[in-house]
Amino acid sequence: MTKEPIVSVRDLSIGFEDFIVQQSIDFNVYSGEILAILGGSGSGKSTLLKSMLGLNEPIKGDILIDGDSIVKAREHDQIYKRILSKIGVTYQGIAFLGSLSIAENVALPYEEHTDLSREEISTLVCIKLGLVNLCGFEYYLPSEISGGMKKRAAIARALALDPNILFLDEPSAGLDPVISAEIDNLLSRINRELNISMVIISHELSSIFRIADRIIMLDNQGNGILDQGSPSSLAKDSPHDYVKRFLNG
Amino acid sequence: MQKGSSDIQVTVSGEDSINITLPQVINSGNTSVCIKTLRKTFSSFKEISSISVDFSRMESFNDFGVIVYMEIEKAANTHGALLNFYNIPEFVNNYLDLINYSEFSKNVKAVFTKKNPKFLLRLGENSIKLVKDFRDMSVFVGEIFICFFYLLFRPGRLRRNDLITYMYQVGVDAVPIVGLISFLLGLIIAFMSSFQLQQFGANVYVASLVSLAMVKELGPIMTCIIVAGRSGSAFAAEIGSMKISEEVDALTTMGFDTILFLVMPKMLAALFVVPFLVLFSDIFGILGGLTVGVGMLNLTVEGFVNQMVSDLKIFDFLLGFIKGGLFALLISWIGCFRGFQTSGGASQVGESTTSAVVSGIFLIILADSLLAVILQYWS
Repeated sequence: MTKEPIVSVRDLSIGFEDFIVQQSIDFNVYSGEILAILGGSGSGKSTLLKSMLGLNEPIKGDILIDGDSIVKAREHDQIYKRILSKIGVTYQGIAFLGSLSIAENVALPYEEHTDLSREEISTLVCIKLGLVNLCGFEYYLPSEISGGMKKRAAIARALALDPNILFLDEPSAGLDPVISAEIDNLLSRINRELNISMVIISHELSSIFRIADRIIMLDNQGNGILDQGSPSSLAKDSPHDYVKRFLNG
Repeated sequence: MQKGSSDIQVTVSGEDSINITLPQVINSGNTSVCIKTLRKTFSSFKEISSISVDFSRMESFNDFGVIVYMEIEKAANTHGALLNFYNIPEFVNNYLDLINYSEFSKNVKAVFTKKNPKFLLRLGENSIKLVKDFRDMSVFVGEIFICFFYLLFRPGRLRRNDLITYMYQVGVDAVPIVGLISFLLGLIIAFMSSFQLQQFGANVYVASLVSLAMVKELGPIMTCIIVAGRSGSAFAAEIGSMKISEEVDALTTMGFDTILFLVMPKMLAALFVVPFLVLFSDIFGILGGLTVGVGMLNLTVEGFVNQMVSDLKIFDFLLGFIKGGLFALLISWIGCFRGFQTSGGASQVGESTTSAVVSGIFLIILADSLLAVILQYWS
């Protein structure tokens, strides 16, 4: 793994108006790495993710994605779109448009970011759905497929523009262990074979231990990163009792 | 050599051999230009004996590269040309293996073309849906009646705070818009009729026309159309959103009667306040007529009121009151029913809301027509 940061979070403070959720967050995500962000409920994981996607304005600090500041890019439509074309996102609630079929949902990024014909977009959609083993479900509506299939379809949509980095919010939450392991294997394969870095927000410890290269544990008191390291080393050797209890169940 | 901003290079050797050098990267930005360049080149040849593709400059390969690869392969097949690939990096082969290219390329389909069911099949499906809809409506009416009688014996079970909130939303919040629309309606009726009535010196009958039209028909209908748009849609959207977010299921499993909990406060609130809204509408409509009568037709306020009183009966107001109550029940019933019918996602909430308004207005007009016929024979 080359030590080349693809995402840099620098001295970041996040929160709402005068309420600071987390402060002094500093970390990098390196090319080809799978980073999991953990923390107790209310520790600001989702707020941090939204800030990294440019959806929330941080109180202080900066976030660089492939060298571009997403905080500053919020005010410049072209730069923001350029950054968005490098990232893929899956949401906890899937966020598929209910009136569109699975294929049409996956086709949305191509329609917005390319000037390809429908025939060419169809080919690209078929490749992506094939990659997540959803061939044959192109015409189904999101409400007509299972939770595991929805998660895989969401990954296909996130991969549409061949991003350098994937942000995944609870990718295997609410799934049975077998399906959850399938999603983890899929993510590992995508990471390994397509060299896509990943930032995962999750509470599913079994998944984290299976796929994450590194963990960042957020402090419940809002003082930034409590500890970071590989899952097994933190579970064994973290100086923080809370981290050990969290990771050892 | 043909050049394009895509940086794909195409050269011709001999008369019918094409050499293609692929760019460093094929991505969302240059795929379209690559394909256009290739198509232009291929279409300018009647016969192609060989196509040579050089991958030496390529640094990464992905789906966009695959569709360019497919385009070249398709052209070679069409022209019966010999296809040669040079300097293929390992990552290209790995990617083609990853997506199982040999199988995939045979099974590409148009994902935007939905199969349309045949006419007879659609007709059958819609007929079954209509019958189910009617059955569900009947069941819903039955449940409401049972709940209503239950409340007669145990009025304490009604959620009074919800009732008051909905009375405020359906009634008080609607007063400004109902008042304004009714005033303008009265104004328009008086204004338009004044041209005709002036010719016969019958200005004073503007008072009769406006007051009878507003009190007997337009007041109840306009008010209830506004209520259907404001509150019927709100009821459908509220219950629909609760349905898709499983809040209705949660209430059911906690042992609540969802009709008692969600429907009765809305229906009773509408029943209590809409008749008074109709009364407001009548008054504002008549005020609109009075404004035109006094301002344009030189009528006195006293003359206008006397004419109005001589033509209107208490029964006319009472009829408007009854109509208001009946229409309120229909609007809130269909609004709640459409809400409970919601399933799926956010777009279905929109559909239920639209359907609640359309059905509500249809039911108002239908009920008004039936009442008109009944009253005609009864009187």
